[in-house]
Amino acid sequence: MRVYLPCDAAACAVGADEVAAELAAQARACGIEIEIVRTGSRGLFELEPLLEIDTPEGRIGYARLDPDAIASWLSAILDGAQHSSAVGRVEDLPYLKRQTRLTFARCGITDPQSIADYRAHGGLVGLERAIALGPAGIVQQVVDSGLRGRGGAGFPTGIKWKTVLDTPGARKFVVCNADEGDSGTFADRMLMEGDPFVIIEGMAIAGLAVGATRGYIYIRSEYPHAIRAMRRAIETARLHDLLGPSLLGSRHAFDMEVRVGAGAYVCGEETSLLESIEGRRGEVRAKPPLPAHSGLFGMPTAVNNVLSLAAVPFILAEGAAAYADFGMGRSRGTMPIQLAGNIRNGGLFETGFGITLGELVEDIGGGTLSGRPVRAVQVGGPLGAYFPPAMFHLPFDYESFTEAGGLIGHAGITVFDDSVDMARMARFAMQFCAAESCGKCTPCRIGSVRGFELLDRIVAGDGVGADLALLEALCETMKYGSLCALGGFTPYPVMSALRYFPEDFAPARRAEPVQ
Amino acid sequence: MIVQKGSEPEAVARGVAAIVARHEAREGALLPILNDIQAELGHVPAGAIPIVAEALNLSRAEVHGVVSFYHDLKREPPDRPVVKLCRAEACQARGAERIAHLFEGDPRIAVETVFCLGLCASGPSAMVGDRVFGRIDEARARRLIEEAGR
Ligand SMILES: Cc1cc2nc3c(=O)[nH]c(=O)nc-3n(C[C@H](O)[C@H](O)[C@H](O)COP(=O)(O)O)c2cc1C
Ligand code: SF4
Ligand code: FES
Repeated sequence: MRVYLPCDAAACAVGADEVAAELAAQARACGIEIEIVRTGSRGLFELEPLLEIDTPEGRIGYARLDPDAIASWLSAILDGAQHSSAVGRVEDLPYLKRQTRLTFARCGITDPQSIADYRAHGGLVGLERAIALGPAGIVQQVVDSGLRGRGGAGFPTGIKWKTVLDTPGARKFVVCNADEGDSGTFADRMLMEGDPFVIIEGMAIAGLAVGATRGYIYIRSEYPHAIRAMRRAIETARLHDLLGPSLLGSRHAFDMEVRVGAGAYVCGEETSLLESIEGRRGEVRAKPPLPAHSGLFGMPTAVNNVLSLAAVPFILAEGAAAYADFGMGRSRGTMPIQLAGNIRNGGLFETGFGITLGELVEDIGGGTLSGRPVRAVQVGGPLGAYFPPAMFHLPFDYESFTEAGGLIGHAGITVFDDSVDMARMARFAMQFCAAESCGKCTPCRIGSVRGFELLDRIVAGDGVGADLALLEALCETMKYGSLCALGGFTPYPVMSALRYFPEDFAPARRAEPVQ
Repeated sequence: MIVQKGSEPEAVARGVAAIVARHEAREGALLPILNDIQAELGHVPAGAIPIVAEALNLSRAEVHGVVSFYHDLKREPPDRPVVKLCRAEACQARGAERIAHLFEGDPRIAVETVFCLGLCASGPSAMVGDRVFGRIDEARARRLIEEAGR
């Protein structure tokens, strides 16, 4: 009997390892053979640990198993009886059926550490085509696909690669940004754990495109599972010429290594990340020069988010048009959206751009987990704006959110029910900025502390009329006087909270309830 | 190995030298070295800084500046097992603040605030060493503290 169980950190966080151990023990006790394949997660985190079993009808899922339920599960399976945890054919779950999984096509299905599985499910075709196309051809495909950076800024990936390709350098680098510091996001982590070879393949293609033979993937230290998974996959990739002196037997070389962060949100900013790899404080560099001109160790460097790089093997394998077919306006292709916080069906949802915020939160997400009304959603991580349900008509794409005074960032959507206090969330945004500021510019370093103090007064019910005007002025200063988006975008959550939920900021508001 | 405060300086020096030797040849070796020192010694002892500085041809001030920048790198070893509790937005939305007091009030552990563990649809979340925990309610919090405190 073959079963599948995720090794994804979010599945392990709710007992997947214990379920695997119990299942193995019970199988031994009953004298039956069970092969447990540890996959990535399908991304329906409310159902984890989700155990799947191979049947002639496809994979049947059993949700939220815990070790105590394994004995009854096993006897039901052996008797051909139903078990209360059954959710039917996993592929038929509406949450999965409604997705367009290009980047996450294999995640949750294959053994993430098996290169044979990877190849059998379409892997390495992109790299083969890339080798045949050569640098200019690869860059053209990526430009034509319309792919934009998935790390937040949305810069066209093909244009960035062209810049690196066209910039002479004694050496060049590809750096994969896996710092994923935005709260409410976990797609990079899921992919590193659930399909690491697609990231490696994407990096190898990027290396070919820009003329780099060396790459780094910078992973935050909060992701020990992902770090282990990437390190193992890199070793395996070397054995199969997905990395090394001769990519897939060609005359092209590319190799890469993992670098681990040390707990600093700002190190997700690309120049701070480069400083960190070089072994310095993660302070943001002024631009210009762009990393594409002078990046790691002063050499031309393509810095890309995990999801940007992982979209590339599909684009090369299936052609730019196949990718660009999805999406709307200038947002082409699919986005792995992350539904987080107080939401019933939280998890990963990959779909073409253009779906509305309301569809994501209400139809797909199923509203709040608490069952109370949705009051606010924060889109795009800690630097993203808060929106009320009145804005649920917004289509999910870069331009619509920019126009609405927000950003899609790394596509995390964090849902709050009506018990949320938006003045406290605004205060948190300032607190976060103060805690994570690299300290280089005053509006960010000092402004966030002042903003926190100001909001602390308001939260305590001691606000005065002038406080809000002061807060607005402070936000203006941070927005225009900061070197990077940490100081520059912290005003988004603060000002959107104030704009859409002014009642929470009234000077005479009651003091925060004592916890 | 957790080297406690006041442990033999020679032992620290030997441990640090071995870590430095592992990474010395790499470009940008400083952070990998400091991360390993933190992992193996539970902190970056003051005595480690000159050894690392000399090996990498840096000033002590430079190494010190890096140590002080990163939240993970500690100057003192922890006196109790550390539970890293996520206090970021998605975990707040799932009740992190309502369970925080269970951790903060417990003398067996030290609580550290972290912002996001990538478990944002399964919060409230926490991490102990390399182990992660999600859907923390009162019962799970008590079990987690019990295990961590052992
Ligand atoms: C404070 C701050 C934090 C950031 N964190 C991340 C991150 O964790 N991951 C990421 O890919 N990009 C992050 N970015 C964006 C990067 O600076 C950069 O735009 C991105 O890595 C480029 O890759 P892309 O074009 O593929 O998106 C951050 C930016 C700022 C200002
Ligand atoms: S805005 Fe803040 S984090 Fe960004 S460079 Fe300035 S001080 Fe550093
Ligand atoms: S916000 Fe707590 S794990 Fe992401």
